[in-house]
Amino acid sequence: MSHAMKTLAVAGAVAAALSAHGAQAQDSAAQEKCYGVAMAGQNDCAAGPGTTCAGTAKVDYQGNSFKLVEKGTCTTIELPGGRMGSLEPLDRDLPAS
Amino acid sequence: MRQPGFTEALLDPARAVPAGLTDPQGRPAGKRFDVYRNNVAASLTAALETAFPVLRALLGAEFFRRMAGIYLRQHPPTLPLLMFYGAEMPAFLAHFPPVQDLGYLPDVARLELALRHSYHAADAAPVDPAALEAIAPERLMRARLRLAPALRLVRSDWPVVTLWQMHQPGGGAPPEMRAEDALLTRPGFDPAISPLPPGGAAFLLALQRGETFGAALGHAEAESHNFDLGAVLGLLLKGEAIIAIDHEDNR
Amino acid sequence: MLDSRTNRPEPLPDGAGVGYKPQHFSNILEAPAAVSWLEIHAENYMGSGGRPLAQLRHLAERFPISVHGVGLSIGGEAPLDQDHLSRLKHLIGWLNPASFSEHLAWSTHDSHFLNDLLPLPYTQATLARVCAHIDQVQQVLGREMLLENPSTYLAFAETEMEETEFLAEIARRTGCGLLLDVNNVFVSTTNQQTDPHAYIAAFPMARVGEIHLGGHDMQTDAHGAPLLIDSHGREVVDPVWALYAETLARAGRRPTLIEWDNDVPGWPVLEAEAARAAALLAEVPA
Repeated sequence: MSHAMKTLAVAGAVAAALSAHGAQAQDSAAQEKCYGVAMAGQNDCAAGPGTTCAGTAKVDYQGNSFKLVEKGTCTTIELPGGRMGSLEPLDRDLPAS
Repeated sequence: MRQPGFTEALLDPARAVPAGLTDPQGRPAGKRFDVYRNNVAASLTAALETAFPVLRALLGAEFFRRMAGIYLRQHPPTLPLLMFYGAEMPAFLAHFPPVQDLGYLPDVARLELALRHSYHAADAAPVDPAALEAIAPERLMRARLRLAPALRLVRSDWPVVTLWQMHQPGGGAPPEMRAEDALLTRPGFDPAISPLPPGGAAFLLALQRGETFGAALGHAEAESHNFDLGAVLGLLLKGEAIIAIDHEDNR
Repeated sequence: MLDSRTNRPEPLPDGAGVGYKPQHFSNILEAPAAVSWLEIHAENYMGSGGRPLAQLRHLAERFPISVHGVGLSIGGEAPLDQDHLSRLKHLIGWLNPASFSEHLAWSTHDSHFLNDLLPLPYTQATLARVCAHIDQVQQVLGREMLLENPSTYLAFAETEMEETEFLAEIARRTGCGLLLDVNNVFVSTTNQQTDPHAYIAAFPMARVGEIHLGGHDMQTDAHGAPLLIDSHGREVVDPVWALYAETLARAGRRPTLIEWDNDVPGWPVLEAEAARAAALLAEVPA
């Protein structure tokens, strides 16, 4: 592309972007931006739910991970590099660290 | 006291409750220590669930919860800011044996991390779009665009944007195999994720490095011979992502 | 709400406040008379910008704000985290809140943040360390802080002082104020099988700058003894309201907060809890 053509193309791209922007900008004008969905901050000073198993569960994936994942959407996604939702059951415990 | 020993026993349920901890009668604390164990594990699991909703949907709630239990013991937070907890998740997923075949998971985690960082990034007023039009193309080519602190790029060999959109309210089409680069912008306070056209990431990375508009365009065209500059500029304007235009003559 | 001579904020009003949750932002602004002040968790406002800070700036123009830290690990054996102290100084600096408080607890070890308020043995060594950390915080922030009594689930064989005595001595040595969490008193005295009324009677009320109220869960330990969990996930129970009234009778009016962090309810529920505290406050002679 020649230099002149390139600057022409840039001018065209800027104009196209601006006209598209003008059309959208009206939609979202005058929204009070403090109001809106919060991605909540997460620090608080509450205790968790008592003595339930989260704190004391053994780190154990022996053979059961395939069953656990059945409710995930990954089992419906077909992408190469693996079978559909192919989480491998393990035949050994994973080290804790 | 011995906070090191207390910490180790908190994170490892196989360890004995540290000596010297008791109930009111002076008997070993036993289950009472488990309250603290549980607080740590349950609260950090909840933080990961909040941080990675799409990963959780992909893997299923129960699998994610069990995986979080392993993650939090290998990677406890290193900052008291839980909103940024989970930085090691992409690397963890890449090496976690049960999900070895789901190659896209680390990139989904990177996208969800980028989303949170964008949400909490510094505010910056965008330039008036008309200012862009007022600049002669010759001059624009030599100018440097400064991008908003909330802008993030996530490059992926996987259809990471489609995977993310599929799990948003209203859903989206199932992904087809292709590489997608995600652009995160934050018009106002709500981050938005868009797929970048080919060459877009090269263009933006060059701008982030402080290269001129013209040089960035060169990088984009080297990556994609039909680079759609108008589309990328449109995304930047819509995302309020251009915060300054620096000209050579006033640098 | 600044004192124009000193640029220091006025103290928290002796009314009822609530722990601020972003989902209540519009409820609070639509009927601001429902609460007289708000408390935030410091760590959630340590990002660089975006909606959390915008909301906080907006609220701070209309309400006195209390900043309540949950991550400083004042009871930690290690030195205080300088980076975190700097973040806190920055927040306190720009917000200039009516109050800053933290916990008698530890939460960080070896740069790992455990996200829980972990217990301390009440010994001379702990006392010296906690006082040194509070001195440092007050020096860095350039203001007095409040220290909160914890909820505890176990005891330390090495403990040699009562918690009330321990807190009173910290306040005496450092000049800090105290945040009296009445629910924590109920939880801890139940779990330690001691008398909550004696605890309130022994507490140095003159140092109390703020009161907390919240809900707890009920479980039992391995021997069938009651084990209360400070979950902040439900209404304040009647025995805690009674203990609160007893506290007000001794302390007089104090700024009082409703804390609700888990299973956060809709605004009307929280507003009703705040109204109940306000009604009890109103009965106290000024």
